[in-house]
Amino acid sequence: MNLPVQAVGRVQRQTQLPLSKAVEIALKSMRVRLGRSILTLITIVMAMAFLTQVWLGNRFGPVIHAALLARAHLTVHGPVADDGRLVWLLSLSLLVCLVGISNAMLMSVMERFREIGTMKCLGALDSFILKLFLLESIFLGVAGTVCGIVLGVALAAGMMVVRYSTAAWSLIPWGGVPWVCLAALGIGTAITAAAAMYPAWKAARMEPIAAMRVEV
Amino acid sequence: MTASTTAVPQGREEIVRTINVVKEYRMGDQTLQALKGVSVTIYRGEYISIMGPSGSGKSTLFNAIGGLDKPSSGKVFIDEVDVAQLDALELAWLRCRKIGYIFQTFNLIPVMTALENVALPMIFGGMLEADARDKAKAILERVELGHRIDNKPSQLSGGQQQRVAIARAFANDPAIILADEPTGNLDLNTGKAIIGLLKEMNRERGVTVISATHDLKMLDISDRIFWIRDGAVEKIQRRDEVTIDAGQMH
Repeated sequence: MNLPVQAVGRVQRQTQLPLSKAVEIALKSMRVRLGRSILTLITIVMAMAFLTQVWLGNRFGPVIHAALLARAHLTVHGPVADDGRLVWLLSLSLLVCLVGISNAMLMSVMERFREIGTMKCLGALDSFILKLFLLESIFLGVAGTVCGIVLGVALAAGMMVVRYSTAAWSLIPWGGVPWVCLAALGIGTAITAAAAMYPAWKAARMEPIAAMRVEV
Repeated sequence: MTASTTAVPQGREEIVRTINVVKEYRMGDQTLQALKGVSVTIYRGEYISIMGPSGSGKSTLFNAIGGLDKPSSGKVFIDEVDVAQLDALELAWLRCRKIGYIFQTFNLIPVMTALENVALPMIFGGMLEADARDKAKAILERVELGHRIDNKPSQLSGGQQQRVAIARAFANDPAIILADEPTGNLDLNTGKAIIGLLKEMNRERGVTVISATHDLKMLDISDRIFWIRDGAVEKIQRRDEVTIDAGQMH
């Protein structure tokens, strides 16, 4: 018998998953679970709409208030009261969003144990699986956040009109809006990515032998 | 271990060798030995069936040979490489290029078409997507599924799904095909056809096929049969040594 004790030179090259292929697979996985993807999306849209609306409302309100008072030749003393409870509600909504996404992703990981195990058997590294799940959640996060921002801007402007009559429309300070939107996009994407971390890590750590499990 | 000496083919290249493989599972303060020191050698191009009742250690041995499970002690060599010495990257490469897996439950990626399923291991292996698709198409034609390449697994019958899985297992021209109960979820005739296809591919490409099974249809075409009982190899038989009397296999 002449078996080498050490693994020599016969196993050298590394397996790979090009990003374009990973994006393709992630998009397909989302499409096939459309129902759940939409539910997760709605959570993100609502939370981000709330955030954007409160944020912009707090910027618009005082400016419009002051402008309207100035028109009536009155002056404001001190800032317009900011509702402290809103901050609480806002944190809570973002937290619910985070937990919701995490939960949905975990469910999807548990459902896909055989698919993940199979990919491992085909030569996928932990990093491929991590990449697939993170991409999936980031796509959801960006799509949900963009929709949420649009909704939030509309709501904030609408509230001003409701609170201060149609005269408020022309007084809305649009200048700062792009910055708020950009910041919200950053926050939304960061929250979804953070929420997906644990599920994606759990998926990546799954053993190839999971592919052999027969029970569902 | 009582392996009949006549069952060992002479002068051929070794592809898998296990040396005194022990696998223990800890259950509370008890230790359960699923494998009690198994040493077997498998040669290039052989068609091996690992037979045994459930709980015999058959699956444990199969998983150890496939590099899917690390033994508690003992060694497993695949193509002269000690599997225990490999790191995660090398193991993934081994699974990708050297071993093709076939599962009882087919395990096609549900979101991908037949063609994409077969192309995936080639893409993992570093092949360009266009080349991978061409080759995948050729292999699918070989397994007589040339007309279903754009179908998703859910649009295929069990037998067709297993054919796609076979095509996928052969994608990177592996040295070993590991088939875990490949006919377990198929009816009699479809199972026969799948076994026939595996045997043809085994002859045609000189690939070693190792199959864990309790499907007696497999006996007809296996070069050797490893009978596993209570975590040990009970006997190793060549096909011509297998006799059937009154429905019992000896």
